[in-house]
Amino acid sequence: MTSAQRPLTGRAVVRVAVWTAVVGPLGWLAWLAFSGGLGANPIESLQHRTGHYAIRLLAASLAVTPLRQLTGWGWLIINRRTLGVGAFAWAVVHLSVYVGLDLALDFSQFFEDVFKRRYIAVGMLAIALLTPLAVTSTKGWIKRLGGAKWNKLHRLVYVAMLAATVHYLWAVKRDITLPVVYFVVVAVLLGFRVVMWRRRVTATRLSASVQQGT
Amino acid sequence: MLIKKPADIPSSEITPEAQYVNRRAFIGTAGALALAGLAAPGTLSACTPADNARPGEGEGLELEQDEKVTSEEDATSYNNFYEFGTGKEDPKRNAGSLRTSPWTVAVDGLVKSPKRWDLTALLAGLAVEDRVYRHRCVEAWSMVIPWQGVRLRDVINRLEPTPAAKFVEFTTLLDPQQMPGQRTNVLPWPYKEALRLDEAMHPLAMLATGMYGKSIPNQNGAPLRLVVPWKYGFKGIKSIVGIRFTTTLPGTTWNDAIPSEYGFYANVNPTVDHPRWTQAKERRIGEFLRRNTLMFNGYANEVGSLYAGMDLRKYY
Repeated sequence: MTSAQRPLTGRAVVRVAVWTAVVGPLGWLAWLAFSGGLGANPIESLQHRTGHYAIRLLAASLAVTPLRQLTGWGWLIINRRTLGVGAFAWAVVHLSVYVGLDLALDFSQFFEDVFKRRYIAVGMLAIALLTPLAVTSTKGWIKRLGGAKWNKLHRLVYVAMLAATVHYLWAVKRDITLPVVYFVVVAVLLGFRVVMWRRRVTATRLSASVQQGT
Repeated sequence: MLIKKPADIPSSEITPEAQYVNRRAFIGTAGALALAGLAAPGTLSACTPADNARPGEGEGLELEQDEKVTSEEDATSYNNFYEFGTGKEDPKRNAGSLRTSPWTVAVDGLVKSPKRWDLTALLAGLAVEDRVYRHRCVEAWSMVIPWQGVRLRDVINRLEPTPAAKFVEFTTLLDPQQMPGQRTNVLPWPYKEALRLDEAMHPLAMLATGMYGKSIPNQNGAPLRLVVPWKYGFKGIKSIVGIRFTTTLPGTTWNDAIPSEYGFYANVNPTVDHPRWTQAKERRIGEFLRRNTLMFNGYANEVGSLYAGMDLRKYY
């Protein structure tokens, strides 16, 4: 049946695309490192690139729910975890490049940076918030916590997303074009949720008043 | 010794642009040079000590044992030149649109005779020197670059500022046609920089016309850029079209844009952090571990006296 096959192929395409987005950058970075494409300051280049991957994947994970609601493709949900955990993994790589390569494991400098530089502090906050979400991303943890609690905990992702965007904004020197673009994306993604939430509230009130009226 | 020929650059095979430009004036002005108390230009590889060096003053100008000249590829492909884009690779990609000849420099303010100089005339007869300098960016990366150019003081002497002049201000070309970055308002254009006149007269301050034994590439500030090695790189204004002498401290681009992060003096100082990062260390391009940043970028013996008694935390 073609009607059954089409959504299945669509699923596969999206799945492959999502995994490519998560793992592909690793190959790309390896190629750049191998070919000299990381430029004169490869550590800085790695820092910037890994940060972009993390923030983009996090935004992509937040786009899954709105896309599901807009398209009605419930099956998209499986990609949310892949993108979310992928974002966390790249955030960890980003942090590792900073501590391991840029600072060459100079931890006293690391702690000085965290406490003195607000953009680093807010970046650390983003990673700290994402950590429990990555840990509880498994089916086992969803069961253990129960859906409602799990959902509540995972709302931390909104704060993490904002923290990551602010981290980027505060880190750039002068040209804030890209941070602003990220902010707009985040505003759309979070704005969508606010709109949906208000609709739900209104709908609940409406149905409540209808029930009272009858 | 002040000047050091990088071992791996076959500069003997290339006539530097500035020297080429000056080829006629080279011989004719030997007398004037002597009058000005300058060493004869000599050959490229000559190790000419600073003419007015006090005993021991030249020491510290040599590179340390473990310091190497940065690869030409890196020095010409990793640049901050917002007139051609804010990414480090943008200037190399976009600077081809800059026309560097003919080139004029408008000189005004407190000088004997304000006028627009043709670049060739401005530099004619001045001693072209090789200087291998550390280059420390305010962003905590650094390079070692072999420059060719003239001493800024020689140019200033030629322009004859009046005794009232206390500062010298430089302006970059303003032309959004040639400089696509100027179509955005990421910085107020044109870029401006300035020095106290005594800083400008220091023998280490130079106007560079070449690097690595070739004419300076567009992305590095062709055809004329300032090099003040004891200051952060943003002081080294590129593609200069204006020089003005003033009594009052001129506004400078980064200082005006973000005064809390970029001072007027911008002397390299490991003890005064940038608000967003430490200045105690730097990444030398091509190296893995960060190096300790040196006071005045390693030129403290030469330039320290310019700032005697000044609070360098306040005047960063």
